[in-house]
Amino acid sequence: MNLWLWVLLACLMGYAWKLLGYLVPASLLRNPRMSRVAGTMTIGLLASLTVVNAVASGQSLALDARLGALAAAGIALCFRAPFLVVVLAGAGAAAGLRLLGWS
Amino acid sequence: MKLLQSPAVRVGLSISIATGLYGVSFGALSVTSGLDFWQTMALSLLLFSGGSQFAFIGVVAGGGSGVAAMGAATLLGMRNGIYGMQINALLQPRGWLRFASAHVTIDESTATSTGQTDPLEQKRGFWTAGLGIFALWNLFTAVGALAGAALGDPKQWGLDGAAVAAFLGLLWPRLKGREPVAIAVVCALATVLAVPFVPAGVPILVAAVVAVVAATIGWLSHGRSDEGMEPDVDPYTGHHPARSAHHPSGETA
Repeated sequence: MNLWLWVLLACLMGYAWKLLGYLVPASLLRNPRMSRVAGTMTIGLLASLTVVNAVASGQSLALDARLGALAAAGIALCFRAPFLVVVLAGAGAAAGLRLLGWS
Repeated sequence: MKLLQSPAVRVGLSISIATGLYGVSFGALSVTSGLDFWQTMALSLLLFSGGSQFAFIGVVAGGGSGVAAMGAATLLGMRNGIYGMQINALLQPRGWLRFASAHVTIDESTATSTGQTDPLEQKRGFWTAGLGIFALWNLFTAVGALAGAALGDPKQWGLDGAAVAAFLGLLWPRLKGREPVAIAVVCALATVLAVPFVPAGVPILVAAVVAVVAATIGWLSHGRSDEGMEPDVDPYTGHHPARSAHHPSGETA
């Protein structure tokens, strides 16, 4: 029962963060300087999410089949493949490399 | 059928499938971490933020306390507040729609939306990815929690590779010109350097801070120089999502 309390509190806090962003006046972000910051941050967050998903394993770095997925996706993007093909290339590369025995 | 012609809907559906299927992994790991079926479903239905959910069960699995699990999940959820600001400015949802859109504001729905330039496409992208992932994520959380070990490791299906590819695919169209590439590289490096030293999830916030600093330095230098005199400005405005970049000459007005 105790764990239920923390589960529900985590859910409440998670939603509170999301909603908090919506309470910031939209006019603030329509300011060109703020939208520049927001745009830069989007690039930074996406780069960070890509890297975290590719090489982070908890609190350590791991070079495994996900690097193959990153490379395959990069190649697909160079050839202007549609988004779904890029995603499938990533999944296929990771699954294939693991089948070949590379973690 | 017409909707499937929309680029944002197609990206949204692709990312829904790629991300939603990964719910199997969350469901399976959650029940082996010691949460029961309904606690697992509560996290997917109510918290609905993959990183925070994995952080919560990760702490519980490691023998951590409930309050530590909640703390880790909450820390990781911070970035959704930043996304909320962006989506609110882009789509300006009204009334109850605002509460619904807050709930589906996550990495993928925000990235799908902000990757589009046309306001209608931004809206379509946000809701397709948000609702699509919500439906599939919860469905596959249930599958994972019920079937658990029988499905085997989701990594063997390359689902973690799909996530990597999806985020790179969302980043790619923004890398037009020198400045965005430099920002991406610096933030990626900051993330890699931060991973061993801070709790999981925090490296993403470190990258956000680095990006804000980079943008701030950017406008200070623009502010000092006269229009057209900036030494390191790239003419990428035409290729760039409208909200992501403003050509400095436009800022001086």
